[in-house]
Parts: sequence; structure tokens; C-alpha cells
Amino acid sequence: MIKIENLHAEIDGKEILKGLNLEVKAGEIHAIMGPNGAGKSTLASVLAGREDYEVTEGSVTFDDEDLLEMETEERAWAGLFLAFQYPVEIPGVSNINFLRTAINESRENRGEESISAKDFMALVREKSKLVELDAKLASRSVNEGFSGGEKKRNEIFQMAMLEPKLSILDETDSGLDIDALRIVANGVNTLKSKDNAAIVITHYQRLLDYIVPDFVHVLHDGKIVKSGPKELALELEEKGYDWIKEEIEA
Amino acid sequence: MSIAANNIAHLGVNLEATNTPISSDDRNVAIKVLEGTPLPTTRTEAWKYTRVAKLGKISFTNEHADLQDISNFIIDETKCTFVFVNGHYAADLSSREIPSGVTCSLLSESSAIGNTTLKLEGEVFNALNTAYLNDGVEISIDSKAQVEKPIQIIHVLKGDHVLSNFKTRIHAGKFSKSSVIQGFFTVGDGTNFCNSTTEISVEENAFLTLEKVQYESESSFHISTEQVQQAKSSTFSINTLTLNGGLVRNNLNIEVNGENCTTHLNGAYLLKNKQHVDNHSVVDHKVPNCESHELYKGVIDDNSTAVFNGKVFVRQDAQKINAFQSNGNVLLSDNASVNSKPELEIYADDVKCSHGSTTGQLDEEAVFYLRARGISEKAARKLMVAAFVEDVFEKIENESVQSFVNRLLKERFEWDF
Repeated sequence: MIKIENLHAEIDGKEILKGLNLEVKAGEIHAIMGPNGAGKSTLASVLAGREDYEVTEGSVTFDDEDLLEMETEERAWAGLFLAFQYPVEIPGVSNINFLRTAINESRENRGEESISAKDFMALVREKSKLVELDAKLASRSVNEGFSGGEKKRNEIFQMAMLEPKLSILDETDSGLDIDALRIVANGVNTLKSKDNAAIVITHYQRLLDYIVPDFVHVLHDGKIVKSGPKELALELEEKGYDWIKEEIEA
Repeated sequence: MSIAANNIAHLGVNLEATNTPISSDDRNVAIKVLEGTPLPTTRTEAWKYTRVAKLGKISFTNEHADLQDISNFIIDETKCTFVFVNGHYAADLSSREIPSGVTCSLLSESSAIGNTTLKLEGEVFNALNTAYLNDGVEISIDSKAQVEKPIQIIHVLKGDHVLSNFKTRIHAGKFSKSSVIQGFFTVGDGTNFCNSTTEISVEENAFLTLEKVQYESESSFHISTEQVQQAKSSTFSINTLTLNGGLVRNNLNIEVNGENCTTHLNGAYLLKNKQHVDNHSVVDHKVPNCESHELYKGVIDDNSTAVFNGKVFVRQDAQKINAFQSNGNVLLSDNASVNSKPELEIYADDVKCSHGSTTGQLDEEAVFYLRARGISEKAARKLMVAAFVEDVFEKIENESVQSFVNRLLKERFEWDF
């Protein structure tokens, strides 16, 4: 589904990603872990098309298309979704109006008919239940006045509404209490299918108790330095990241 | 008073005399002011950011023009609609089914116009308006009348070098409730000048709303002054919606003379190209126990300039005043500019007043967020702009005004609200 090869990216002239390789196939969940400053969020930003980052080398292929040549919105239309680490508050823009616009723009670009108001509202009811998001929140301004947990649930709600092929969850667990974590994870697990995939970026192993990954990768200094099965996450939790650093240096 | 250099008394020269019965006292004072007062320059504090020198160099007429179709300018379907073309009443385009409890008369038809409440001294445009008044409407709402449909005034300028000195007088009787719509438009792109004054008196316990829609060409000038007097326990609201116009200056002066009054001043201005829009407002709280709420928001694109100057006075002994003022601007281009000056002058000590002014650009992080969800960049920016000014538009209670404004926004900015 997505193939990242030798990806180098920098911001303000500072190189953050230094030759990252990763391949994710349909039906898989990959966890990317790593210490602060390893480049986890940079990877998410580059994949979503944030313009502050400059890709200096390497390639990203998404469903046989050159992802890096696509505008942010084109990436969304192609089925890429980024759950933000810090969801933005947008006063005055209604959550569901903007989602309807987003869904219809995606559909239009795929040559499909736009969603009817009735079907859309039915979808809102179904998907907001999934993440236990109050229907009232769904109709408020985007994230305005939402608690930290509500914002993250809103991200997963939007993900559920947009039905992406590849979801990138950028530290979705940060700032969540255990209940919110469970709800968010439940949303992600329910949406999992053999046709979609997810990249779960996290600092802590905690989230992976709830979202069980097929693969765990350790990102360090802009590269994936170790990959393994889900047990690797537990090992990291137990031993920290230092032993990996030592392993690399050795 | 002596003759001042650079005065605009000559602007009256080519104007055909009209029969509006302005009191001779007012007219004489106005002519003296015109002769004795120079056109304001940017050295005049109240005109610091708005240049009007060009107006003094144009030779204006007030000639008639034919207009067949004004369907595009009809804001509300009310049957009480007065249409003026170049400041002259257009009977065939108007409909005068006056609601019960309301008296409307053309100023040119009235036997005498009451003394003006406008300040003339030092105010050349008020003086020009008074000395050379073309025509206008006098509206009187009976005491206790509840007038459901708005009274609508449509003013259209057509041709080139046309000046219309136009006036609306509104008297809202005690315990009455009513609304007036003013629409200012142009046909073609002549260099025309609408100089409008509106004198309003809101009596005890009356509710009056004025909806002012400005959609004149980018080559036109518009200067207007509303002079409002509020008696005790009255509520006055004005929505000033400036959607086009080359140089627009709105002077809004509200004198709150009675206790327990409520005043709402809302304004939205959306500028592009080389437009210049200047909103000057004064709320003068002379007595205690009143509240005023002022909200102006603007979106400024290309090389356009917006000016906001909002002044709130709270006089000595005018205790327990709640006065809130806010001005927000979004700049969409590096060449767009804003001069915003909110001012509070408070001489009482037991008041709740606040003012604030913000000028910024669209939140790029929010634009990115919307794009990441699949909304194209253009649509994302429109959505953000619409959201920004929405809290002014949502104050418009009249749905026909709302949908009319939405139509104009779509027409001019391709914005869907």
C-alpha cells in the first residue's frame, strides 16, 4: 500500500529524516516507536504533505502513485488520513459541515456521486457512536472547546467518516486517560479491515496494549533501526531505548 | 465665516436645484460651512487614513437617469419599497404600500423638513448634503406600532460624475418595533458619489433595526452619516454590510440620551482590489444603566485598505454602563492593510467596558488541517474566511437580507456561506 524508500527530509535546513525505509501492506498495523526527537512526527508531517518540510531524497509510493508529488488534499482523496497529534481548533467551522464538504470533495475527485444529507446524517450517528462522541460535539465548531480526549476522539470519528485506506495516528495516545485511550483504540480496531492499514506513531507502549500491531519499528535519529513483532514494544517498555542506541553504536 | 482654500462649495455649482424644503436656517449654515471649511486632508485626525481630495476635483451633476430593471437590487420583497436613481425618486420602480402604523413621505413632497440633527460645523459632507439635498424619505412609526415587514430604500447611481445628496429620516415612536433596509448600488462603473445622511430618533421603549447594504462599484465614492438619538429603554441595532465600493466612509454617531438603552453596532466589510473602506463610529453614553455592543469584522485582500475607528464615550455620572467593542481583521494579501483604532473615553467609575482589535492572517495550521481532510486549498480558505465573518452575519435577523448578502458574496467573491 505504501512504500517509503530512503526518505530524507529537513526543516529549516536541519535534516530530520535520514534515509527511512518502511513498507506497509493492506491489512497491517505498524507501530513506530522511538525517543523524542527521533523524527516520528516529522514522518507523519511529510506523509501528510506539510509544506514546512522539504524532502531532499528518497521516494514514497502510495498505491503505485508518487505521494510526494501530490497536494495535501489530493493525498486525502487518495485515501491517506492523518490523525493529528494536536488537533486544531477552528472557530466558526462546523465539524459536520466541514466533514460533509470533505467527503463530497473526495467523492467528486473519485468520480462518485455526493452523499445525500440523509445518508450523511445516518453515517454521523453510526460513527459518532463508535467513538462515543456526543452528537452535540459533532455539530459544534471543529474542536472548539473540546477537551483533550474529545479532540482525539473527534480525530478517530473523522477517520471513521472518511474511511481512509491508510491512517497515520500521530501520538494519538498522548494526553489521553485510560478510558479515552480504550475508546480511541476500539475505534481503530473496529475500522480495521483487510483492505486498509494503519501506522501508529507512539512514544509509549501503552497504546499497543489496545491496538495490537503486526510490526513494531524503532525510529532513531531519522532512521528505522530495528523492526520486530509486537513483543518488541514490550521489550522497549521494559528496557527503554538506550540498549538500542548501544546496539547501533556497537 | 471666511472662504477657505480648497473648500468644496463649488460641488454645488452644476447641481440642478431641487425642491426639498430644508429649513432656510440649516441651508444657510450649511452653505457657510461649505465655503468656510476646507476639504479634510490626512492631517485632519478623523480623516487620517482616508483621502478625499479627489472629490474636490470632480465636477458632479445630479442629472436623471433611466433605469428599467432593479430586480438585482431588491433586498426584501416588501411592498413598501422606495427606489431612487441618482437621488431622484423613481415612482415606476417603487411600490408604496405603506404598512399600517407607518407614515412615509418623500422629502421633496413634504411641506417642511424639521431642523437637522446633523453636526454641520466642520463637517463638509453633512453640509454638502444639507445645502444641496436631492431627495429622500421621511419615515415615521406610530407609537405602539409593530411593523413586521421592513421599509426598504434602494438607492442606485447610474452614469458618470453623478452626485446624490440623499437623506433618510426615521422617527420610531414609543413602544414601536420596526426595521428599515437601505441598499446602495451602482449601475456601470462611472465615478459617482453617494453622499447620504440618515437621521434617526428612537423614542422610549422603541425597537428599531437598520440594515445597511453597500454594493457600489469600485470606481464610486460613498460617504454616509447616521445620526442616532436614543430615548430611554430603547433598542437600536444597525448592521453595516460593505461588500463593494471604491472609497467608502461610514460615520455612525449614536447618542444614548436615556437610561436602560441597548445598542448594537455590527459591521462586516469584505474588500479586494484597490477598495478603501473606513468605518468611524461613536457611541456616546450620556446617562447611566445602558449597554452597547459593537462588533466589526473585515476581510481585506489584494491592495485594499480598511480603516476602523470606534469611539465609546462614557460621560461622568453615566454609571453602570456595559460597553463592549471589538474589531477583527484578516489580511489575505501582503499588500492589504488595516488601520484599526478602538477608543474608550470613560469619565464614570462604575462601568464595564472592553475593547479589542485583532489583525492577522488566516490560521495556516487550520488551513492545513482542512486540506488534510480532503478540502481543497481554495475551499479551505473560503471556509475559514466565512467562519471569521460569520459571527457578524449571524446577527442579521432578517432572512431576506441574509440571503441577499450571501448572493452578493457568491457573486463577488465566489464564497458560499
